[in-house]
Amino acid sequence: MQHGEGKVAIDRILMAARSAGAGQAEVFSVETEEMPVRFEANRLKEINSRQTSGVALRVIVDGRIGFASSTKPGDVEELVAAAVETAPFGPEAHLDFPSDGQAPQVEVFDPAVESLAVDEMIQAGQSLIDAVRRTEPEILCDAFVRRGASTVTIENSNGGSFTYQGTGYSAWVHGTLIRGTDMLFVGDGDASCRTELDLKAVEASVISQLENSRRTAEVKTAEMPVIFTPLGVASALIGPLAIAFSGRMVHQGQSPLVGQLGKEMYVARLSVWDDATLAYRPGSRPFDDEGVASRRIPLIEKGVVRSFMYDLQTAGLAKAESTGSAERSLAAQPSISTSCLLVDEGDVRFAEMVRGVKEGLVVEELMGAGQGNVMGGDFSGNVLLGYKIEGGEITGRVKDTMVAGNVHAALKHVAAIGREARWIGGSVRTPALMFERLTVSSGH
Amino acid sequence: MSFNEPADLRKRVEEAVAAARHVGRETSALAQVEPVVDSVALVLKNDPRTVPLATKKEILDRYNETMLAVEGVTSTNITYSDGHKRVTFASSEGSFIEQERIDVVSRLAATARRNGDMQQASMSLGALNDFSYIETLDETAKRLGERAVELLSAPYVKAGTYPVVLDPILAGVFCHEAFGHLSESDFVYENERMKEIMVLGRQFGQPHLNIVDGAAVPDLRGSFKYDDEGAPARKTDLIREGVLLGRLHSRETAGKMGEKPTGNARALDYRFPPIVRMTNTYIEPGETSFEDVIADIEEGVYARNWFGGTTSMEMFTFSAGEAYMIRNGKIAELLRPVKLTGNLFTTLLNIDALGNDMDFNQGGGCGKAGQMPLPVSNGSPHIRIRDVVVGER
Repeated sequence: MQHGEGKVAIDRILMAARSAGAGQAEVFSVETEEMPVRFEANRLKEINSRQTSGVALRVIVDGRIGFASSTKPGDVEELVAAAVETAPFGPEAHLDFPSDGQAPQVEVFDPAVESLAVDEMIQAGQSLIDAVRRTEPEILCDAFVRRGASTVTIENSNGGSFTYQGTGYSAWVHGTLIRGTDMLFVGDGDASCRTELDLKAVEASVISQLENSRRTAEVKTAEMPVIFTPLGVASALIGPLAIAFSGRMVHQGQSPLVGQLGKEMYVARLSVWDDATLAYRPGSRPFDDEGVASRRIPLIEKGVVRSFMYDLQTAGLAKAESTGSAERSLAAQPSISTSCLLVDEGDVRFAEMVRGVKEGLVVEELMGAGQGNVMGGDFSGNVLLGYKIEGGEITGRVKDTMVAGNVHAALKHVAAIGREARWIGGSVRTPALMFERLTVSSGH
Repeated sequence: MSFNEPADLRKRVEEAVAAARHVGRETSALAQVEPVVDSVALVLKNDPRTVPLATKKEILDRYNETMLAVEGVTSTNITYSDGHKRVTFASSEGSFIEQERIDVVSRLAATARRNGDMQQASMSLGALNDFSYIETLDETAKRLGERAVELLSAPYVKAGTYPVVLDPILAGVFCHEAFGHLSESDFVYENERMKEIMVLGRQFGQPHLNIVDGAAVPDLRGSFKYDDEGAPARKTDLIREGVLLGRLHSRETAGKMGEKPTGNARALDYRFPPIVRMTNTYIEPGETSFEDVIADIEEGVYARNWFGGTTSMEMFTFSAGEAYMIRNGKIAELLRPVKLTGNLFTTLLNIDALGNDMDFNQGGGCGKAGQMPLPVSNGSPHIRIRDVVVGER
């Protein structure tokens, strides 16, 4: 679909929605082209190519929100009829679609990604696999290299008109090493809106995971110091922390942070941001999926709960302002989500953290961390990749071991915040975090 | 290759051919299946499409009010969806298959909050081609509200290793996570080490253990007549009398391993390639009554209902929606949600009692290689497992 053509189609939908009785109407249109290249068991397995385009329509009829979406080109009447039909059952509208767009300039598009040759992507995947196998010849690697480009357009009956193009490029490698029935899983990756990925850093990270796992070690069930590496923080802690800052959870009384705005809930050295304005990060965007301008949102500033994240509807309900945190897929109404989540660096090197521990645990990945009472901040999981520390040194990989805690309680007593922060994928940047005491249970 | 802009057809076909040339240094030998021309009629029990939207809303409002009426419940969450899907499969070998299905899924959750402490009780349910169960959830809604409040006063389990009894729903999830994924041949067919581990004839459990997967088991969420490569659905014995007897295949993995396709190639939708997936996976019932299953447990955990589960093949974790201590052979106090973890190879051998009951969990969706949620079901009787690592939340 050419852009001019798309604009005409969107205007037709808006007009049809108004004639069908909508007081306000909004069209969200997205076109995506992506090419995933997949390696399995050390070999190129599949090159896929996926194109999707579609539109979603929100209407406000008699004060209630109706919604429908379609991937059928040129589908106007059915789409409008379906959206209007659902309105009487939809929530009461507490929003006005934004009429203007003073969005900041946010760079998320690189034409070089669109024209990236498939051979170059294959080369990226192969080089990651080769590097890991040089360290461990018996390992079987899967790799996933993906490039994508999308155009998002939002137009509404209040005159608001927003559009931007974004690109994304990412490469991940996962290795499995099997000895008898013992299985070791390692992996890492990088993502950007541009073609430059730090594949050397990915290699180095996976190789260090392999080195740390050469031997196995056992921990006993006990409370002990636990260090989460940046990968560990992202896999276990970010989810339950971020959900508590959703304005929707707060408004519904489901967040443990209800009534805590402005209060010092966490260790004073901790600052956490949500920032959609960072150049060339896949989590960034000039405006959110309702057309509200992106900004840098302080969530935790020096331990103090500073703000919550809102989309338009929740902001209306909570008598707050949208923070530009609406995110949606084509088939669903917008909901509140983080964009790029940033945890500020501290002052302790990872090596120093380890040196200070007599007996403890390093967590790279918790399996199953997203289950359980996540809304209440609980995290727990089997240590899929983690190491034992004895006498200030990593002595080997642990197995059959679980770590559990509550993120809000744990972040009150952070023993150390790492000096080396890094990006995990396109949308989380964090240092390592060390806790004085967490519950570790083990089958040994 | 997938697209929804019909005008691009020629260009997309060329891209697909180019991609195949790029990858195709070796030939992929697909196992043979007979070409089929068939149109599978929708067998409906209670068609959700005939129920007016207003009626659906009324029913859900009723459950919402039921949960909110429980003193101490501060918020609730109900999701409901019915989805009608029509799939056409055509191949140059001569197959042309049309199939339809309607998935009716729902989740009810109640949250209770006291002094910054928050607990949630929830339940996920589902059915294939049938709306009926949605109409009779009053008691479920009431119990969820009450349990959310009770959980505020419940203790955490003391982390450690316990004998654990799983109810049929959670045991079904255990069967899916702990063993089912390992029987998917795409994890095995190009991996010599995994072939050694998953060698047919290997003992995985005690002689009382039988595990089956099959879309040919009717009327469950993982049921269908043909898979997404046009292979007919079957019932596959995975473990029979404790011994590994079979595994799940697509045409590619079956071809490579010289075995027969099992009808387990499934794609989430047209945008994804068909890969090896489970359908309806279950542990067959044994002969022990529930009372006898718990009778000789001095201190253990009774875990019920599904909250989530995941696997790394060797190790798995799954979490219970509801848990109680077992003391001296009796169900004792309610616990806060627990998480169970273990090593597949020891845990299956540690199943030492199978109940004489049976139920299926139909509320779950399985995720693999970015394809989620794929409708599956899993089932089991009550089972007892020795020495399971239990985490405190």
